[in-house]
Amino acid sequence: MTSVNINVHHVTRVEGHGNIVLNAKNGKIEECRFDVVEAPRFFEGFVRDRPYNEINHITSRICGICSVGHSTTSAMATENALGVELTEQATLLRKLLFHGEIIDSHVLHTYYLVAPDFFGAGSVIPLININRPVVERALRIKKLSGDLCAIVAGRHTHPVALVVGGFTHVPKEQELRDMRVRLVDAREDMDASVELFASLDWPKFERDTEYVSLTKDDEYAFVGGRIKTSDGFEYPVEEYQKVTNEYCMPHSTAKWTKHNRGEYMVGALARFNNNFDQLHPKAKDAAAQLGMEPLVTNTYLNSGAQVVEMVHCLEDSIRIIDELLERGIKQEGPVEIKVRNGEGTASCDVPRGILFHHYNYEDGLCTEANCIIPTNQNYGNLAADMGKLAPQIIDQPQEKVRLMLEMLVRAYDPCISCSTHYLTVDFV
Amino acid sequence: MTTNNKVKVAFFDFASCEGCQLTIVDALQTHLDLLDMVEIVQFREAMTEKGEDYVIAFVEGSCTRKCDEERLFKIREQAALVVALGACAHTGGVNALKNVQPSLQDVREYVYGDKADWYETYPTRPISAVIDVDAFIPGCPIDRGEFVKVVKNVLLGKTPGIPDYPICVECKLKENVCLLLEGQPCLGPVTRAGCGAICPTYGEGCEGCRGLIPHPNENAMKDVLDEAGLKLEEIMSRFTMYNAYQKEQIETVEERI
Repeated sequence: MTSVNINVHHVTRVEGHGNIVLNAKNGKIEECRFDVVEAPRFFEGFVRDRPYNEINHITSRICGICSVGHSTTSAMATENALGVELTEQATLLRKLLFHGEIIDSHVLHTYYLVAPDFFGAGSVIPLININRPVVERALRIKKLSGDLCAIVAGRHTHPVALVVGGFTHVPKEQELRDMRVRLVDAREDMDASVELFASLDWPKFERDTEYVSLTKDDEYAFVGGRIKTSDGFEYPVEEYQKVTNEYCMPHSTAKWTKHNRGEYMVGALARFNNNFDQLHPKAKDAAAQLGMEPLVTNTYLNSGAQVVEMVHCLEDSIRIIDELLERGIKQEGPVEIKVRNGEGTASCDVPRGILFHHYNYEDGLCTEANCIIPTNQNYGNLAADMGKLAPQIIDQPQEKVRLMLEMLVRAYDPCISCSTHYLTVDFV
Repeated sequence: MTTNNKVKVAFFDFASCEGCQLTIVDALQTHLDLLDMVEIVQFREAMTEKGEDYVIAFVEGSCTRKCDEERLFKIREQAALVVALGACAHTGGVNALKNVQPSLQDVREYVYGDKADWYETYPTRPISAVIDVDAFIPGCPIDRGEFVKVVKNVLLGKTPGIPDYPICVECKLKENVCLLLEGQPCLGPVTRAGCGAICPTYGEGCEGCRGLIPHPNENAMKDVLDEAGLKLEEIMSRFTMYNAYQKEQIETVEERI
């Protein structure tokens, strides 16, 4: 029987530091876990006593990949606390910016971080020699999504113009028209992306779990909404703690969460499973090509759901730009803020899943803060997946076992900086 | 130098959001030619391959715990050049905000409750407080154009060429309307340029993420604040957003204004 001891210290091609530990004797798994070893940064502790208008710019720095997600959620929570109503134009621009980030983050994950595994490459760099057109396509989509964020908020990583009350900058009509042309042209790249990812030999691994996401009556939810779970629970965002129930784990610098069954999953696959009907028809076509139909319970296909969402966000960005142009762009600043004491919660479904920010303000200063990050919510589910997968593959060569576990971790698109920061795999 | 004449470089990260490394990935969109000049031997965020024979080390993030010092010492020992990448490595960045809270223990307990002791941490430091640093690329995040320029300069054996004049210079060149004149707080007059004044250009006052210029002109800052009808208190909080570690330096500026 197989005895395995695998120790992957600092799993690569993920954001942040984590380790995988797998210990098996005589074919029996003694230990299989994922440790988060990132240096904790204490955002909730240090935003206290700081003015309301700094908070979303500071919490944006929780994560360089989903900084639009953090900045938006943070601004919304502060706006809820201070009783601020956005203009319709600002609301549309926030959604457009958000789509830019979803595409940006998903193209990074699917092409740069996941695809190399299927081409037997250690990174996207050797892929330049193996399949240059694929890499160039990825670079084109990445640049497009980054530029989309830039015309709205100045840049993607740590958006400048996104502030409490709206935006300090509004794109010019011509910029939106030019962007629309580029988005339409990018349909070809999206079709090719769907074709590429549909052709990959995705690992087969099924484990049913509870999928948690936002939901809305009128659209595929990213920015705001209600909490929905595939086990039939619904909560208003203010009651997020009913879903998250945070606790600490000794091997991890990130807090873990539990709901109905214990572990649950958030992210593209959860949104796909919970809100499939609201996807753009072209995104549904992409899902069909990828052979995905809810309920999808293969965790590896989280990356497939990301490809579907890229198509959706591209199409919906075109729609939003049309709506903005039809309304006529107003060069408006953020709405005026009247400081009041209060508490505010907000949630967005950011690239890696549902995110919560919750603050209390007194005299314009933050007195309490709580941020619950998607990656933290996935650790329990990842542990359960590893627990089921490891015994199924333990008789395979050690390198294969190691790769399958790393790919599983990567499928979650973990953002360990967000949760605090670090990842490692240990095989014995 | 390696046999293929490419300089071996490596990227490392400590407490940070990894947004600067991401900005480098984005810089490659338009500067794939950089890969003709350097060979990346380590970049955990983006690649699995790992080599230890690097000549230039780019380090993102702050040092926030004793156990990370050892990693920094090793990097220093190996690399001929260590470049601090971005505000967290350069000034301590937002991570140093915990340093100006009344008590570090309170901050730990606030986040992790009675499990606070499981999480090792000490007051945040820029990496230059732990090891010698040969060059820095400021900003939160770094500016991708500036990154490309610094890499090219370093490869040519030149000094990186980071500006030591204030943001206002770049803002004027862009013909932006001065935000201070509109009564908005902005640290442009005392903050190091090089970002193309991106925040004022997008309507938001400078938050000082690139650190103070070497000899800030406090008198001029005082004049513009008076002219804008702003009080010092209204901008003091902004000074610490990315520069909390430089508390003494900030206090000196404060006293002089």
